[in-house]
Amino acid sequence: MKRTSFILLFILALQALASAELRFVIHGEPRTFTPYLVGDENSETVRYLTGGVLIRMNRQTQQLEPGLATSWKVAKMGTAITFTLRSGLKFSDGTPFTADDVVYTFQQMMAPTVHSSIADAFRSGPGQVIAKAGSPTSVTITFPAPISGVERIFDQVAIMSAKSPLKEKAVLGPFVVAEYKPGDHITFNANPNYWKKDEKGNKLPYLQTVRLDIQSNRDIELLRFQKGEIQLINGLDTENFDRLQKIMPQAVKDVGPSLDAEEFWFNEVQRSPIPAYKITWFRSVNFRRAVAHGINRDDIARLVFGGHAQAAAGSVSPANKFWFNAKLKPYAYDLKTSMNFLKKDGFHRDGNSLKDKDGHAVEFSIIVPAGNKAREREAALIQQDLAQLGMKVNIVPLDFPSLIERITQSFNYEGCILGLQNFDPDPNDQMNVWLSSSENHQWDPSQKTPATFWEAEMDKLMRQQATTQDNNKRKVAYDRVQQIVWDQAPFIYLVNKDALVAIAPNVHDANPAVLRPQTYWNIDRMTMTGR
Amino acid sequence: MRYARAAALAVLLFICVSCLFAELFAPAGYATQYRDSPDLAPSHRFILGTDELGRDRFSRLLYGGRVSLILAPTASVISVLLAALIGGVSGYVGGWLEKSAMTLTDLFLSLPWLFLLIAVRAVMPLNTSAEVSMLITFSILGILGWAATARVLASAARDLRRSDFVLQAEAAGMRGWRLFVIQVLPNMKPILLAQFWVSIPIFIIAEANLGLLGLGVNEPMPSLGGLLRELENFSALSVEPWRFAPLILLVVVVSAFQIVLPEKENA
Repeated sequence: MKRTSFILLFILALQALASAELRFVIHGEPRTFTPYLVGDENSETVRYLTGGVLIRMNRQTQQLEPGLATSWKVAKMGTAITFTLRSGLKFSDGTPFTADDVVYTFQQMMAPTVHSSIADAFRSGPGQVIAKAGSPTSVTITFPAPISGVERIFDQVAIMSAKSPLKEKAVLGPFVVAEYKPGDHITFNANPNYWKKDEKGNKLPYLQTVRLDIQSNRDIELLRFQKGEIQLINGLDTENFDRLQKIMPQAVKDVGPSLDAEEFWFNEVQRSPIPAYKITWFRSVNFRRAVAHGINRDDIARLVFGGHAQAAAGSVSPANKFWFNAKLKPYAYDLKTSMNFLKKDGFHRDGNSLKDKDGHAVEFSIIVPAGNKAREREAALIQQDLAQLGMKVNIVPLDFPSLIERITQSFNYEGCILGLQNFDPDPNDQMNVWLSSSENHQWDPSQKTPATFWEAEMDKLMRQQATTQDNNKRKVAYDRVQQIVWDQAPFIYLVNKDALVAIAPNVHDANPAVLRPQTYWNIDRMTMTGR
Repeated sequence: MRYARAAALAVLLFICVSCLFAELFAPAGYATQYRDSPDLAPSHRFILGTDELGRDRFSRLLYGGRVSLILAPTASVISVLLAALIGGVSGYVGGWLEKSAMTLTDLFLSLPWLFLLIAVRAVMPLNTSAEVSMLITFSILGILGWAATARVLASAARDLRRSDFVLQAEAAGMRGWRLFVIQVLPNMKPILLAQFWVSIPIFIIAEANLGLLGLGVNEPMPSLGGLLRELENFSALSVEPWRFAPLILLVVVVSAFQIVLPEKENA
């Protein structure tokens, strides 16, 4: 009798675990359900829950792990990759998975009429990307030119079925879309044919349903979390994190520095419509270093981000385990050093004001996105910090389109504060920032030839690392790029914000990471008990 | 109602004096950052606590109130003068001038003013100090806010043009500007005054709208709109009700103006 009761209880407990519905919020409508067209965060969430990929990056260890492929081999200096696929797998509708599906996915994704950002990552040069099945469990993909770290890109390539009548609705990921009510919610059921099993051989995912509520208001998201209506929040802001911590200390977690950095830069574009003497200041490394030393980053971390940020040394956050150049330290807040740098360029104090060698008072504006409280506060702190050096800083909040127009087209601005969002730890993700010819080389974009010796060196190093397969060699090159950025300070890095998340106490085995999706990257292993 | 008006006037006077002489009553400068005391609850030292950057909320409220209370009437003067010029003169002259002016007025009324303000702000010179940005913000409000008043004034001027005493003055040989300045303008004074008073709270609220979007007066200068942004995080409000102070001040000021107004209108 006792034994039977125990078994019954065990079954009930298992059912409770299985039947619970995990809910969280996406902040807008997904723009597409077609995996290779994904370009926004909301669609990315849907793809992450439903898509089966050949290689998956473990968000915690930042290492690549086998997915639908059991192994892979990069060949011909990075111009080809061959996958050995798992056999006997099925899509959610029962259609068998073979190498033909990988070929079909690549054909769809690489079609010239389709604009896919993932496809662009594979287009390494003129020529075609060709996927060829060697056998039902082997497929080779060839690229027109070498791509370093090409394996990582496959984390975003959800394989579609070539034969299923359901097309992209047939999936290989842990969940399958069950219902979509535009503007309201998306419900997912566990994929009955999901290939993964736990260590004990139990089928994954443990959760039977997941519901994404479409809700743009983050305050309402927070209230719903407090009520127990949703169980996960990604990317909490500091204020809400601290508030939630007081009410539900067990639910919030500061995962540590994220990959994102807050940065400030001066306009160094020589053709920009600002006074020439100001461009001379901004193009001087001494002036930039003086400003870098004149900013109290610890105060920014403490006052703007409530201590949930760390002073930043450069573009790569310490959260980026492999690529971070650990030798670099954030610029120390030191007004004496600042003045010394300024004196080198002939700047001098005249009462409360700082003047350049020609007698111009040092005054410049910093544009910030209007409505972004954190950046406005950062600017207010910088304004007061630099006032101690005699610099007059005017803060100009601009609506976002106007700000973008100024920094990308008219170049009618002097300084700007924005954030660098890194989604991928690999240096190739920052190619568009560091190449002097790039439009996103913000301080002086779209250069025909590198304007300075150090930008020429950065171009060379970035290209070098992009065509090398040996990650250790790539790291040497990329470490040097980080060092140059630190030395020349074209971007003055402020802080790396921490990744702040909330996970309801009834959700088990969540293992939040700094990489997106922070809270549910291992959703197939997460479980949940009642509210 | 008389007592209500008197009370409203007294409240308005009290607020105006406190804000206009902010230097005397504010315990700290509006930009002073007590970086070791951020986000404090009200205390003897900081009556309304401090904001995230450690700035004294009470001081910022007084200075912010001053910005709105000085500049909203200034914007109101600008808009009423423009309205008088465009609406009053065209209504008095009539004919094609009135038609053109009213078309222009309709065009201005149909413009989404908030977007227009954002667009105008976006092309403003960058290196303007907080004080100048504050002047520019309210001047723009004044320059863009004349249209509704112009319609009222055009209609009043049209009626006056057809009135008996104007006909009599015309019959006596009075013409043109002289007739307008001596006969018409003095009779439009009550309407001009009423429009002036009506516009003040409108401009205070307009600045609050802009401030809420972060497009009002530039940091570190406070304004009621800028201060209202602390209400954005409504989950914080139940635990920090003192954040409501700028909203309460705004409601009191706007209500007081509305209560005081009819007396002026009847003047």
